Amino acid sequence: MIAFWIVGAIVVASAVWTVTARKPVYSVVGLLINFAALAALYLSLSAEFLAVIQIIVYSGAILILFLFVIALLSSGVAPFAQGPNRLPRIVVPAVAIVAVALVGLVAGINGAAILTPSVSPSGSPLGPVGSAGVFGSVADFGKALFTTHLLPFEVTALILMVAVIGVVMLAGDQTPYVGSSKQAARVERQAREAILRGGDR
Amino acid sequence: MTGALPVALGNYVALASVMFFIGVVGVLVRRNPLVMLMSIELMFNAANVLFMAFARAWLQNAGQIFAFLVITVAAAEAAIGLAIVVAVFRSAATVDVDEVRSLHG
Repeated sequence: MIAFWIVGAIVVASAVWTVTARKPVYSVVGLLINFAALAALYLSLSAEFLAVIQIIVYSGAILILFLFVIALLSSGVAPFAQGPNRLPRIVVPAVAIVAVALVGLVAGINGAAILTPSVSPSGSPLGPVGSAGVFGSVADFGKALFTTHLLPFEVTALILMVAVIGVVMLAGDQTPYVGSSKQAARVERQAREAILRGGDR
Repeated sequence: MTGALPVALGNYVALASVMFFIGVVGVLVRRNPLVMLMSIELMFNAANVLFMAFARAWLQNAGQIFAFLVITVAAAEAAIGLAIVVAVFRSAATVDVDEVRSLHG
């Protein structure tokens, strides 16, 4: 119970930091804290496999990808630091509306009765996280993934293959839009000089 | 172990809503495409929190499977988004989304 509020505070605070940090690297750090806290939240919801996946895929793969791109784009130039520089005029009324809606939503959902069954469709009971064969364990998740939900899993493989091909087509070519590599080098030099002159306009 | 959640289900909905809202604000307010992509990741994760909470509340594996698929799609989206950022930076010489107008048509 108290763990939810601690994790929730960390999640919200790190999300705000992610959005408001001046440098993208700080945003990545905020996102890392956010994802670690979410993994803890998933553990409290008996989703041990997905808590581990959250750490491995999000923190281990996606955030490192972000870091690589930040390092690639800002190598040799000042870090392109841009703060929240669009005037957030709509934020204050939007926050008010969302807050009112949230109170109603929470009250409505908490008033509804939830009848948690004792056994999941895959035949696994609820139990302590880490025990064998309980709901959300690796065996339970794998059984559901490879029997009932096999087709979505195969479609996932297709999505990843299309993404890899698309990334190679988009960024694999050294000179995608400009004519020669000499011209590309000139464009890139101009970009760095422009950022150095005052990228943070 | 009883079937009840650690806290009432509405609290998870509230947490996910706040997280999604922060992500929306990030996409609308920031001009740096990298931070906009990170805000999109925040929104994906808000959806995942709901999938986990409801999967646990009704003891359904389908919610966790769906969250797994969301993580996969988020990975593909991040890879393609970052490739577009790199390609745009190479050709348009800027990373400010307000100055990249060649895709407006």
